Amino acid sequence: MRDIKVMAGNVAAVEMMRVEMLTGNVAAAWAARLADVDYIPAYPITPQTEIIETLAKWIGEGVMKAKLVQLESEHSMLTAAGTASLTGARVFTATSSQGLFYGFEMLYNISGWRAPLVLVNVSRGVAAPVTLEPDHNDVLAARDSGFLQFHAETCQDVLDLILLAYRVSEDRRVRLPSIVNMDGFYLSFTREPVNLPSQETVKDFLPPYTPTLPFRASRPVVKGASVLGGHIYTYFKHNIHESMRRAVEVFDEAARRYAELTGRLHKPVEGFCLEDAEYVLVMSNSFTTMGKRAVLKLRERGVPAGLVKIVMYRPFPSTQLVELLKNRRAVAVLDQNISLGMGGIIYQEVAGALYHQRNRPEILMSVIGGLGGKYISPEEFEYIFNALQHPEGREPNTPLFLFRKDELESVKKALGLAGLGGEMG
Amino acid sequence: MSETRFKTLRDVPLQEYLAPGNPLCAGCGATPVLRMFLKALEGRAVFVNAAGCFTLLHVYPYTPFKSSWMYTAFASAPAGAQGIRDALDILIEKGKIPPEEDIKVVCFTGDGAAYDIGLQSSSGAIERGLDFYYLVYDNEAYSNTGFQKSGATPYAASTATTMPTKLQKEGHAGSKKDLFEIWRSHKPPYVATIAPSHIVDMLRKIERASRYRGPKLFISFTPCPTGWYHDTSESIRISKLAVECGVWPLKEAIYGEVRHTYAPRALKPVEEYLKTQGRYKHLFHPERQEHVIKAIQENVSQYWRRVAKTEKLDITIPSP
Repeated sequence: MRDIKVMAGNVAAVEMMRVEMLTGNVAAAWAARLADVDYIPAYPITPQTEIIETLAKWIGEGVMKAKLVQLESEHSMLTAAGTASLTGARVFTATSSQGLFYGFEMLYNISGWRAPLVLVNVSRGVAAPVTLEPDHNDVLAARDSGFLQFHAETCQDVLDLILLAYRVSEDRRVRLPSIVNMDGFYLSFTREPVNLPSQETVKDFLPPYTPTLPFRASRPVVKGASVLGGHIYTYFKHNIHESMRRAVEVFDEAARRYAELTGRLHKPVEGFCLEDAEYVLVMSNSFTTMGKRAVLKLRERGVPAGLVKIVMYRPFPSTQLVELLKNRRAVAVLDQNISLGMGGIIYQEVAGALYHQRNRPEILMSVIGGLGGKYISPEEFEYIFNALQHPEGREPNTPLFLFRKDELESVKKALGLAGLGGEMG
Repeated sequence: MSETRFKTLRDVPLQEYLAPGNPLCAGCGATPVLRMFLKALEGRAVFVNAAGCFTLLHVYPYTPFKSSWMYTAFASAPAGAQGIRDALDILIEKGKIPPEEDIKVVCFTGDGAAYDIGLQSSSGAIERGLDFYYLVYDNEAYSNTGFQKSGATPYAASTATTMPTKLQKEGHAGSKKDLFEIWRSHKPPYVATIAPSHIVDMLRKIERASRYRGPKLFISFTPCPTGWYHDTSESIRISKLAVECGVWPLKEAIYGEVRHTYAPRALKPVEEYLKTQGRYKHLFHPERQEHVIKAIQENVSQYWRRVAKTEKLDITIPSP
């Protein structure tokens, strides 16, 4: 562990930061360590386990002062996370897929309690069939729960977004929990260079958490009281909704400060090659890196392609998104999820955001791909942009489902080998 | 036994922490128990609640409570207690709050949460050695939702889902889960049964339990007028009868070692207890179900014969 050098003379100067090759999981653990979290309730699930193993090791070695307790389920883990946060501890926890669903009812409770903890979700497709690789049906199921949501493209994003999430969540104008999402395997187990800010920088960026009326001997307090009557229930829900909306500007404020300290500016939605872009792909998370590569290739061939990445998924940054998408000729939304019987989840939200925009793109195409971590090849990205340029004869409401002939052949081959070719093929 | 500050009812602390006029049912057997717990812990506690009757003790923005309260969810009140306890511990250790701000953590749930949906969560908390109290008000069914059968419902009780019918004349065909033994198998420092009719016994147990660090677990007999069908004025009398008939043994286990804290000299027949409640009415009307009453008596008698032997007690036990 080397010492951190800070440029002398200028307070606002960007540090000379330590760069390490870290997996997304270890980057998440580093963020929790740098945020000086007090409490980590944990429960193992692949592909998230490396996060809690890393933190347990650090606490055991004494390099990090926090309490890590392994609960007996994610439901209990999230309950303990919520009540510890209300007691005044800065709380970090992590899960994936089935685990998120097992604790699901607690998500709504935690936001209703206004417990500003940070939960990392390492995305993994949801059973059945049971799988380990990522798509976003798990994290998007939590979209209505009152958690802010930030989606990471890189291991660096994982670290940065967790630190940003703490600042936004704990801000009194917001005071709501956050989920930071990273893709299982593609980020969780992939090493990338990650700039680690110093403890001093993070301390400067992240003020101490000051809880609202925590449990103390000197002042009794009732939390989680029931309400009778829709009017009081509505009052509380509207209150949370308003706080959630305020999170957009609080995030921008925090992100500007973070950029001053680290040189990295994060935005709720980020554009890539958008100047003069006519054909734009909207997507999120780690596959965005593949999308960007496809855009660059198309640009080499003179196609005015561009990309928009959604970083903040809740609150949904409609205004910023519309600003980037208006006046484009055609837009495709790539959903790495599927609302069975409807289609892509984010597609519907983008369509909703664009509805009142006069200069909205004429074509808004839905694409579904990457389910269960299925790779998206450069040819498939090219296919999407081709379809945007030649939309004739395509039913706009029917999603383009990315599934290649050779993949179907491979399924058939496996069934054949298992002796099921005749019945299932 | 060791010294106690509770010798008679005169020793009950006068300070009140639960205001009258609250939304609980008249005659609820759990109200006096909660009241005594608050007195014994001097209000310096947070009660962590799961879904149940007492969830309606606080209806926003009112509270009859002079202590802290945290409503969690149905299945995870012990985990809620864990979060608060752990947070207080680490915040004190890190010097972020002074030790005098520490409070006791009490998990407070009904039998549905304790015997059924939250059993996993309480097992986890006990296994981890969490320093907390768990108080179950056991009214032997899901009372708050209209008295459906729970894992705590005794044999032959009529509930909204185990009504006596032509095909199932005795009502509930299963028998009550032994939560005391389930908890005791975890070897926590303290487990006890208590009853609202035996206040001094209860206060002594809370006092004794408080000397231990770790899980301190209490199961309280809880007459429920709306589910058991008895008059609201009868709750304490029924509680006393349950103890005198041997249906509700008062006992404790310290690190797994069981001792009965009260044993009636001569057990009254269970029939006296059963007859006080509408939920057992079908055992007597329109015709007497002798074999069912006998089976209940035999179950109780068998228990006490075993206790009399192991604890060398001189008890007269009815033989059916």
